Amino acid sequence: MTQPPRPAPTRRRALATFGAAGAAVLLGDVARMAHSQGAGPLKLGFQVHRTGIGAAYGRWYERVATAAVARINDAGGIAGRQVRMIAEDDGTDPRRGAEVLDRFANLHGADLVFGPLFSNVVIGSAPRAAELKMPYFVVSEGHHVASGTLNRYTLQPGITDVKSQVRSVAPYVAANIGRKVTMIFPDFAFGHDHREFFTDAIAAQGGEVIAQIPVPPAETSFTRYFPRIPRETEVLYHVMVGPAVLTFVREMGEFFGGRGPALFGFIDSLEAVDIASPGLEFLEGSHLWEGMPRFAQPDQTGHDARYRAAVGVDDTGASIDDPRDVSTYAHMFGVWETLSVIKAGMETAGYRGPSDRPALIEAVEAMTDMPLSDDHPQGDKLFNGRTHQVFGRQSVSRVEGGRLIRVHETSVEDTLYEDEVDYTTRPF
Amino acid sequence: MIDARRSLLLHGGIVACLALLAATLPAYHAGNLTRILVLAVYAMGYNLLFGYTGLLSLGHALFFAAGMYGFGLSAALGGLSAGAALLAGVAAAALVAGLTGALALRTRDVAFMIVTLMFAQAGYLTILYLGTWTRGDEGFVLPAAARRLAGFDLRGDGARLVAALTLFSACFLATAALTGSRLGRTLIAIRENEERARMLGYDTARLKLVAVVLSGTLSGLAGAAYAMLFGYVGASFATVQYSILPLLWVLLGGAGTTVGPLVGVALMFYLIDWSSRVTDAYMLVAGAALIGLTLFAPQGVAGLIRRKAAPWLP
Repeated sequence: MTQPPRPAPTRRRALATFGAAGAAVLLGDVARMAHSQGAGPLKLGFQVHRTGIGAAYGRWYERVATAAVARINDAGGIAGRQVRMIAEDDGTDPRRGAEVLDRFANLHGADLVFGPLFSNVVIGSAPRAAELKMPYFVVSEGHHVASGTLNRYTLQPGITDVKSQVRSVAPYVAANIGRKVTMIFPDFAFGHDHREFFTDAIAAQGGEVIAQIPVPPAETSFTRYFPRIPRETEVLYHVMVGPAVLTFVREMGEFFGGRGPALFGFIDSLEAVDIASPGLEFLEGSHLWEGMPRFAQPDQTGHDARYRAAVGVDDTGASIDDPRDVSTYAHMFGVWETLSVIKAGMETAGYRGPSDRPALIEAVEAMTDMPLSDDHPQGDKLFNGRTHQVFGRQSVSRVEGGRLIRVHETSVEDTLYEDEVDYTTRPF
Repeated sequence: MIDARRSLLLHGGIVACLALLAATLPAYHAGNLTRILVLAVYAMGYNLLFGYTGLLSLGHALFFAAGMYGFGLSAALGGLSAGAALLAGVAAAALVAGLTGALALRTRDVAFMIVTLMFAQAGYLTILYLGTWTRGDEGFVLPAAARRLAGFDLRGDGARLVAALTLFSACFLATAALTGSRLGRTLIAIRENEERARMLGYDTARLKLVAVVLSGTLSGLAGAAYAMLFGYVGASFATVQYSILPLLWVLLGGAGTTVGPLVGVALMFYLIDWSSRVTDAYMLVAGAALIGLTLFAPQGVAGLIRRKAAPWLP
């Protein structure tokens, strides 16, 4: 028995189908928005870089966020309410980042938003967060929060900013690695922050930056920049981000062949990269800043061990399931600790719904000491409610035998600097 | 005359429908409508050059960014009011478009595409190079004063939507009038056959420059308005992606039609919005849908309507 032939797709049918699908989704949105206004679990919007230049970080940020929310729910939720995380990809794009905030506020009915790393997304989204009166917990490292350019709804309680990182490690660099520094950095705002903060910080230690070599974004080969490094350079300070970091580090090794100046870099140049990769042998003996040591150290705390197990990372900083999948360990703890702060803030504020958002922000602003614990496995911290910025210990690690061994840890006090803003004086 | 009346009814009706939508849509879709309306102004600017004059530019992000930074820098650093900064943004875009057009129009076809692309890339790198003032890729947030126009605080959703609708309506009706004018018909003549237009005595080089300046100015107005309405200025708006987007919007909606840019932006916006709920590969879905629509409606949605049902569609 033969089947009657299916009618060929026609233009009219295709357009009708397209229109019907659109109408169905629109009606679905209306229903969803109506439903989202009701009681239920707390909804935390997670703005994540699933695609775009920040995808390597976003992937690990999402794993950590998932693990942290599971831990909170296993422990009874927040003030007895379960937590539902809603993730939305921002494409590491500021325009889409702001659009995603609209989705969280007006489509999902989220109670707050957390999670972005890249500065352009944070700065592009923060105005919208303030307009929506949406608490916006960023995990960005950028100095933009503490500099006062953002608003009362934007906070960074889970990770330190680049200014405090750079200033606090400069004394170690000057005393132990060298005083005549050449900086090579990405020629955009993140690199400029390093350039400005470190130049001042090393000068305060009696050192000097003798050359600054900016590298344009989207550069794919770096060999032509290395000959510009002055011969008298004692320390080459490097920081690079994006998909070309491995190429950058490899080409640096090929250029110096192990005979160049001492290297001090930010782990950003090697985040999500296996430090034992072929071609990186020249890094042996060099120093790197780490927000949290990738390799489990001999004095590893139980908090770090439990955190590693929860997020699925082994003692070398790679995924337990795939040793080739190296984490962004120096940064991603910020997501975990941010969720701990959110939980504490909501419980202190007696958060029940969106009308309690100002109370939540005031509760976080009132926080100060955050002791080392399972909630804060990276270390003890001090939160400054006026600047909405947290301060914490920084590590300098040395590459030894293909592992990163911590050789110096700053105190929290080393990372402090004068307030540049008092957000608490701004109205909600 | 009948076509003119139909055109008036069409454009007036669309503006009225948009006003009705603005008043009735739920918050999320009203917010989307605000963005769509501003981006549609950008697409209208692009359509003026590509759809009506036949010049395919791959560098319109330069004009969009010129308007955005002209607005943002004059407001944030120069302390200008929103109204004055808006004029500064439009003037910056017009100037950049004039300079770019004067040089790029020495080429044609593929060379014109490449030259405009290179100009836009140079503009993007200039923004990064001047990071001390522009804050490079990070961008900067505009002060509250830059978002208050004629007594309205544009940080509020309602005022912002009204402002976007007003801007769109003005540009939409102006574009419709322009395309029906003597100048508009001459631009179409250049698109159809430049040699013939020149043989008829038109100064096509001057007219093409006029088209580039008008197109760039409209794009810059959209860039300035986007900054004013959403409060952020950043280099990502100067990347090649923002040169490709208006081309896709116009192709999807219907090149050389007045309603095409609005239709294209709205379709693309919701295509990404809806597909991103299903998969992270939402750009792949959008691309596949674009291919499908190109197969079924190669002249774009409005072009298809014009061919099938409404040959008078401007």
